[in-house]
Amino acid sequence: MRPVRVVQGTMVPLPRADIDTDQIIPKQFLTRIERTGYGEFLFWDWSRDGGGAPVDGFFTNDPARRGAKVLVAGDNFGCGSSREHAVWAIQDWGFEAVVAPSFADIFKGNSYQSGLLPVELPAETVTELMMAADDPNAIVTVDLERQIVICGDLQASFEIDPTVRDRLLKGLDAIGLTMEHEAAISAYEAQRPEWLPRSVTE
Amino acid sequence: MPGRTLFEKIWNRHVVTGDDPALLFVDLHLVHEVTSPQAFSGLDFNGRKVRRPELTVATIDHAIPTVDRHVMIRDPQSRKQVETLRQNCARHGITLFDLDDPRQGIVHVVGPENGFTQPGMVIVCGDSHTSTHGAFGALAFGIGTTEVEHVLATQTIWQRRPKTMAVEVDGELPLGVAAKDMILGILATIGVRGGTGHVIEYRGEAVRGLSMEERMTVCNMSIEGGARAGMIAPDDTTFAYLEGRAHAPKGAAWERALDDWRSITTDPDATFDEVTRVSAPSLIPHVSWGTNPGQTVAVSDVVPSPDHFDDPLERDSAARALEYMDLRPGTPITDIPIDHVFVGSCTNGRISDLREAARVVEGRKVRDGVSAVIVPGSMQVKAQAEKEGLDRIFRDAGFSWRDAGCSSCLAMNPDVIPAGERCASTSNRNYEGRQGRGARTHLVSPAMAAAAAINGHFVDVRDWR
Repeated sequence: MRPVRVVQGTMVPLPRADIDTDQIIPKQFLTRIERTGYGEFLFWDWSRDGGGAPVDGFFTNDPARRGAKVLVAGDNFGCGSSREHAVWAIQDWGFEAVVAPSFADIFKGNSYQSGLLPVELPAETVTELMMAADDPNAIVTVDLERQIVICGDLQASFEIDPTVRDRLLKGLDAIGLTMEHEAAISAYEAQRPEWLPRSVTE
Repeated sequence: MPGRTLFEKIWNRHVVTGDDPALLFVDLHLVHEVTSPQAFSGLDFNGRKVRRPELTVATIDHAIPTVDRHVMIRDPQSRKQVETLRQNCARHGITLFDLDDPRQGIVHVVGPENGFTQPGMVIVCGDSHTSTHGAFGALAFGIGTTEVEHVLATQTIWQRRPKTMAVEVDGELPLGVAAKDMILGILATIGVRGGTGHVIEYRGEAVRGLSMEERMTVCNMSIEGGARAGMIAPDDTTFAYLEGRAHAPKGAAWERALDDWRSITTDPDATFDEVTRVSAPSLIPHVSWGTNPGQTVAVSDVVPSPDHFDDPLERDSAARALEYMDLRPGTPITDIPIDHVFVGSCTNGRISDLREAARVVEGRKVRDGVSAVIVPGSMQVKAQAEKEGLDRIFRDAGFSWRDAGCSSCLAMNPDVIPAGERCASTSNRNYEGRQGRGARTHLVSPAMAAAAAINGHFVDVRDWR
């Protein structure tokens, strides 16, 4: 995973609450076995009409929005299915951070795993940011090290799990870190009750 | 020492190291074709092995056809995805319930029916409906693909300690009101974000009175309220279901397991971070009208107006949902015509669900113009239903009788509902496009879906003769 320190760039406002992962990346794109290449399908059903033609006005079809780095959305972003493809699609399109008043638990966890920065700010601050984001050239800075978001006169601090922050800043692989606890895992395994199920008998 | 909840007891006994976050040991890792390929390729790329293949079970469910599947999977990408799972399981020594295996089925149906799911366990799967297994008094939750890779490699997972929420369902569930109506009623109360950051324990008289399959229906949809997991304390109903199943403990081990399982229930003096009460006697059959599972009303009600909502975001969401669903406020729910009926999914694809539907259907015909499909949750469910003659009842009525899989619940396979058409569905999500682009989903219980198939519109099954 690449380290995440500062995300700076333009924004895209998506003023809707409860945006579910079925909207972010519809199921027909989940049969791929790769981790990349989902960006062109981001928000597919909102981005394309029934015949597959681009929907005018949606940000994915707006040249002025190309290259944006921060998505600003409503409450409970990423609810529903656990598909990490949703995070991959957002990253693949070019976003490096999502700002919202709240995130669904699994989506937030998946973002941490893949190095997409989910930033929770109070609803009023998100609304302010969303208004600023109407200007496709407005620049926002999300600074993970200082835990602040800056956009023009707006400056807001955000909370993030310190363990996660540290891992994102260093770009560390979680499996490698866990392997350092090998002795503890083995000790735990040695005392598990014998009745617990196994799929194959040894 | 203050009393502890079921959740706290399971959490505490699974901590390998750390406090918050804690590294938890995973007793059972369920795997399917859609969220695992990138996890296996990550392992391979780093030269890592699966730490405990015998604590891992794989099945094929999400994207497979429900007809002629023994011939071949037509979609080349799905075929490749399934083939990839086969190779990954073979290479890493993981048991796979392949398409020709009588145990194949939806991951959250096959775990319990084969006795893998037991009280007190930590269970994970790259699927949000993993909360289903909480019905046994297990801590079970959905994870993403990177975490799937982590569990494959280490058999552990890092977790922040969630908060606890008790949902107390007091009183008795009335006749004709299903477990599905109970969870839809709970979701209407707590909303689609009410459970965020929490593990729910469903409690109370009405919950105790549920069968294991009904408990699975309730726990299954915990994620629809945003909860990390849902669980129900193990009791004699749980033990009776488990006894004798293929992977359940036997003999002396069964007795030791029982003693242990009886000790993990919530202590009388334990407290929860939040408590919500729902009255079971006031529950009625529910039908969703909108595009999230919190947007439901009683079948005797009408489609609500956006003005009915105080919160401006809720109002916008309702207006948008009504437009997508092509519904007018004030329309009686029983006036809504239906084009499709889908009975199946990890929510309502078990044998008792099919029995409920068959009871309604027996001796009747599916309304002209309605396409009605039954997709058993597993091939074992299918075999049992055929043994009981349920397939005959369904076929005679004009239902299509399929092989097991997730099917129209998420329509990754060919069972897609066409744009603009309306489906009464026993599944768990009514999001825009969930069952197909432009498809309109109404979430209901199996009996309500069956009755809608016969009438061509919703009816109150409590009035069914």
